Amino acid sequence: MKLPKFLLMLPVAVLLAGCQYDVLVPTGWVGAQQRDLLLISVLLMLIVIIPVMVMVVYFPWKYRATRKDNSDYEPDFSHSTKIEVFVWGVPILIILALGTYTYIYTHRLDPYRPLDHVSFNEEPLQIEAVSLDWKWLFIYPQYGVATVNEIKMPVGRQVEFRLTSSTVMNTFVVPKLGGMIYSMTGMQTKLHLVADEPGVFAGRSAHYSGPGFSGMSFNATALGTPGDEAGNDALFNDWIEEVRAQGTDLTDEAFLQLEKPSMADPARPSVPMPVTYYRTVSDNLFDRIAGMCVEPGKVCMSEMMMQDRAGGGGEAGLGDKHRYEYDSERAVDGFGNAMPPQAAPFAPARHGAAGHDHVSAVETEGHTNGQ
Amino acid sequence: MANDAINPYLGPVSPIFGRLTWDWIPYHEPILIGTFAGVALGGLVVLALMTKFRLWGPLWRDWVTTVDHKKIGIMYMVLGFIMFVRGFADAIMMRAQQALAAGGAEGYLPPHHFDQVFTAHGVIMIFFVAMAFITGIMNFVMPTQIGARDVAFPFLNNFSFWMTVAGALLVNISLFIGEFARVGWLAFPPLSGKDFSPGPGVDYYIWALQIAGVGTTLSGINMITTIFKMRAPGMKLFDMPVFTWTTLCANFLIVAAFPVLTATLALLTLDRYVGTHFFTNDLGGNPMMYINLIWIWGHPEVYILILPIFGVFAEIAQTFSGKPLFGYKTMVWATISIMILSFLVWLHHFFTMGSGANVNTFFGIATMIIAVPTGVKVFNWLFTMYKGHVRFEVPMMWTIAFIITFTIGGMSGVMLAIPPVDFQLHNTLFLVAHFHNVAIGGVVFGVYAAVAFWWPKAFGFKLDDRWGHRSFWLWVIGFYLAFMPLYALGLMGATRRVNAYLDIGWQIYFVVAAVGVVFILAGILCGFYGMFYSVMHRKELACGPDPWNARTLDWATSSPPAPYNFPQTIHVRGLDEFWRMKKEGFKWSTHYQPIHMPHYTAAGVLLAAASLVFGFAMVWWMWWLAALSFVAILVIAIGHTFNYNRDYYIPAEEVAEIEAKGAAA
Repeated sequence: MKLPKFLLMLPVAVLLAGCQYDVLVPTGWVGAQQRDLLLISVLLMLIVIIPVMVMVVYFPWKYRATRKDNSDYEPDFSHSTKIEVFVWGVPILIILALGTYTYIYTHRLDPYRPLDHVSFNEEPLQIEAVSLDWKWLFIYPQYGVATVNEIKMPVGRQVEFRLTSSTVMNTFVVPKLGGMIYSMTGMQTKLHLVADEPGVFAGRSAHYSGPGFSGMSFNATALGTPGDEAGNDALFNDWIEEVRAQGTDLTDEAFLQLEKPSMADPARPSVPMPVTYYRTVSDNLFDRIAGMCVEPGKVCMSEMMMQDRAGGGGEAGLGDKHRYEYDSERAVDGFGNAMPPQAAPFAPARHGAAGHDHVSAVETEGHTNGQ
Repeated sequence: MANDAINPYLGPVSPIFGRLTWDWIPYHEPILIGTFAGVALGGLVVLALMTKFRLWGPLWRDWVTTVDHKKIGIMYMVLGFIMFVRGFADAIMMRAQQALAAGGAEGYLPPHHFDQVFTAHGVIMIFFVAMAFITGIMNFVMPTQIGARDVAFPFLNNFSFWMTVAGALLVNISLFIGEFARVGWLAFPPLSGKDFSPGPGVDYYIWALQIAGVGTTLSGINMITTIFKMRAPGMKLFDMPVFTWTTLCANFLIVAAFPVLTATLALLTLDRYVGTHFFTNDLGGNPMMYINLIWIWGHPEVYILILPIFGVFAEIAQTFSGKPLFGYKTMVWATISIMILSFLVWLHHFFTMGSGANVNTFFGIATMIIAVPTGVKVFNWLFTMYKGHVRFEVPMMWTIAFIITFTIGGMSGVMLAIPPVDFQLHNTLFLVAHFHNVAIGGVVFGVYAAVAFWWPKAFGFKLDDRWGHRSFWLWVIGFYLAFMPLYALGLMGATRRVNAYLDIGWQIYFVVAAVGVVFILAGILCGFYGMFYSVMHRKELACGPDPWNARTLDWATSSPPAPYNFPQTIHVRGLDEFWRMKKEGFKWSTHYQPIHMPHYTAAGVLLAAASLVFGFAMVWWMWWLAALSFVAILVIAIGHTFNYNRDYYIPAEEVAEIEAKGAAA
C-alpha cells in the first residue's frame, strides 16, 4: 500500500520543509525588520479580515432562503448610516496605522541608507555586484579581489553593495539577509545588508533575464560568530588570502571574456556557473562596467555626458561614432548563444553588424550550445 | 530535447518571405507537432460538420457580420473560453515542468520553450481571456440594463471584436510559425530589444497587442458613448444599475490607459525596426522609462478587469438575496474613487528599481488607500445578504467564494504595497500567488458567476445546476491547492519564472500546486460539460424572461432577447426600474411601432483580416505584403464610408409577431 503511506508523509514533509522560510526566519537585521513589518501588517489587517470571513459564512447561512422563520427578512433594507460609517471608518483607521508604519519603515529600510545601528569599528565591507549573462561578478574593491557567484562576509559587519549590470536588468536578492534591488546597465544602485548569524544563504536574481536565468543563483556565506569582531575579520581575511592564492587576474580582456553569455550546463539550466576567484581586478572596473566602456577605445558614459553638455562633437565627431557605442553590443539568440549585433531592418547597419555575412565570424568558445 | 536544426536566428532575409525560413517551423518539437495535429484535426472536423449542416451562410449572416451587441457579446465569451483553454494548457505545462525540475533535474521543457510558455500564458490570460470576457459581459448586459436597443456605434463594436480576434490569431500563429516572445508578459526592455530578443517572438507580441488594442480602445469609446447617450428616458446617472456604473468606470480607464500602451509599444517597435534608442542600454536609451510607461497602463488595466466584475457580483448579490444592493451610492462612489486612485499607484510595481524612500512611501500609501473603497464594497456585498433571503444558486456560490478569496488576495496585495515588505516578496512566487488570487478569485470566478447568471437571458434556458455546483467546488478546491503553496514558496524566496531550481525542499509545494491544477482542469471540464448537457436538455431547463426574480432592466427583455431588445421605449423613474415594473404589474402595450435598427456589415471582419495579414507581414519583415495589406486596410475603411446601406426598419407587424411568440414580462 504505497499511496496511503505517501499521503501520511505529505503533511510531515510539508512541516519539515518549514525550516526554509527564508523571509520569515531571516538572519540579518534588514530581513528581520522586513519580517516584523510583514507580521505587523498581517495582524493589523486581520482586525478587519476576520470579521469579514465570519460574516461571509454566517450571513448567507443565517439568512438562507430555506430557513424556517422568515420574520427577519427585510426586503427593502438597503441603507444604514451606522453601518456605512463603520465600513468606511474601520478600514480608514487601519490604513492610517499601516501608513504610519509604512512611512517609518520605508525610510528606515531605504536600501541606499547605511545601517546606522551597526557599530562595527571598521568601515562597511564594500561589494560591487555585476549581473552578467548568466552569473554574478562580485568585486571586493577594498581588497582588490573578485569572485564569480560567491559572496563571503564577516558576521556583524555591514555590507555596502553597489550594483550594475552588463546585460539586461536583474534583481539581486539574498532573502535570509533582506530585500532586493535591481541591477541595471549604465546605472548604479545601492543596497545595505548585514548578517547577524553565521551561515550559508541562498542568493539569486529575481528578475527574468533570458535562457540562463534559472542558474543565476549563488551562495552568500557569513563567517564567524556574533560579537567576535576581530575573530570574524580574521576569518574573512583568511578567505581573501585564499582567493588571492587560488585566483587569476581579472584584466579587462578577462572580463570581456567572462562577460559573454554562458551557462554551466545548458541541459541543466538550474546549475549555476562554477565559483571562480580573481586575485587582482583591473582598475576602476566596476565604474567602467557601469559606464559601458570596458572595451578598449570606448568613451565612458560620464565623459560622454560631459561632452554632450559642452555641446557635443557635432558633425566632425561622426568619424568617432563607434567609440560612443555600447561596449558589449551583441545579440543573444533564444538558446543563449551570442550572435553578432542585430541591425534593425530600417536602420543603417552599425559597425560590425553588416547583416549576416558576419555569421561565420562568430566566436564559439565559451558560448552555450542550443539544446 | 536536442535542437538539431540550423539556428534560425541567423537565417537569410529574402525579399519575398522576409526572414521566414523552414528552420522557423518547429517540426522538431514533438509537443508542438502534437498540438498542431490536434488543432488541425479538430478544425477539419468543425469545417466538415459546418459544411454538412450548411451552417456557413447563417454563420456569416447572423454572427460574423452582425452588429447586434448581444451576439457580439456572446462571440467575445466564445473567444474568451477558447483562449482560456489555450492559456490553461500553458499553465498545465508550467506546473508540470516545475513539479519535475527540482534539484538539478531538467524537467521536460528547455528554457527556450518554457520561457515562451510563461510569456504566452500571461499575455493570453490578460489580453485575450480576461479582456475578452469582461468586454463580452459588458457588451451583452450593459445596453439592456440602460434600456437601449444597441450600443452607440454598432459597426465599431463588430470591428472591435474582430480586431481582438485578429490579435488572438496572431498569438496562436506564433505557436506553429516561428516562436513567441520569451520576455514575460510585459516585455521589459532591454531584454525585449532587438539585441536580446532577436527573432520574431517579441514582434508577434507587439503586433498582436497593437491590433487587439485598437479593438479595445474603440470598444471603450463605444461603451462610454452608449452609457452617456443611449440611456432610456428618465434614467439619471444615479438610476443606473451598479454593473453599468462599473462598466462606465472601467471604460474610462480603457480610454485613458490603452493609448499609453499603444504609444509604449510603438516606441519599442521603433527600437526594434528603425534602430532608435528609446529603451536600449546605450546611446541615451532608458529601459526604466518603458517600465514606468507600461505600468501607467498596466495598473489601471487590473482595475479595468476587476471593476466590471465587482458590478457582476453586486447584481448577483442583490438578486439572490432578494434585497436591493446595500449602500448603492456608497458603492458608486467607491467605484469612482478606485477609478481615480488606480492611476496614482503604478510605481508600486517597481519599488525595487531604486526610487527614494519618499517616492516609495507615497506610492505605497496610495496603494493601501485603494483598500478602503474596495473594503467598503466587500462590506456592502455582505450587508446586502444581511436580513435577506439568500438562495444558494450557482452564481451566488461563486459570489461567496469570491468574497472569501478576494479578501485573502486583497490582504496579500496590501502586504506587497508596503515597500520594505515588497523588497522581500517582489518577483517571487508570493507575487504570483497574489495576482492569481485576485485574478482568478475575482475575474475568473466572476466570469463563471456571470455566465451562470445571464446564460438563461442569452439562450432561454438555465444551465444545469448539478454540473454547475460540481464545476464550482472543483474550481475552488483546485484554486486553493494550486496557489496557497505558491504563497509558501514565495516566503521561502522562490523566484518566479524559473525553469528549474536546485532546492529540492521546494518540490513538494510545486507538486501540491500541480495537483491543484488537476482539480481546476476537472472544474473546467465540468463547466464545459455542464454547458453541453444543458444544451442537450434545453427543453427541461427552459425558463421565462426573469428566472431569478431580478431587479434590473436587462431582465425585462424576453429570453433570448429580441434583436431590438425592448418592443417599446421604457420610461425610467428610478433605481431598480424592473423591480418597480413588476410590482406594478407592467405589461407591454400591443400598439407596436416600426423599430429602427443598424444593418449588418462585413467591413469589420475584412478590416481585421487585413490587419492580421499586416501584422504577420510586419513580424516576418515581408515588406511587400505589409504595404499591400496596409493599402487594403485603407481601401476597405474608405470604401465602408461609401456604404449608405446602414440601417433598416423592423416593421410593426414583425415586432408584433415576435412579441406574440415570446412575450416579454
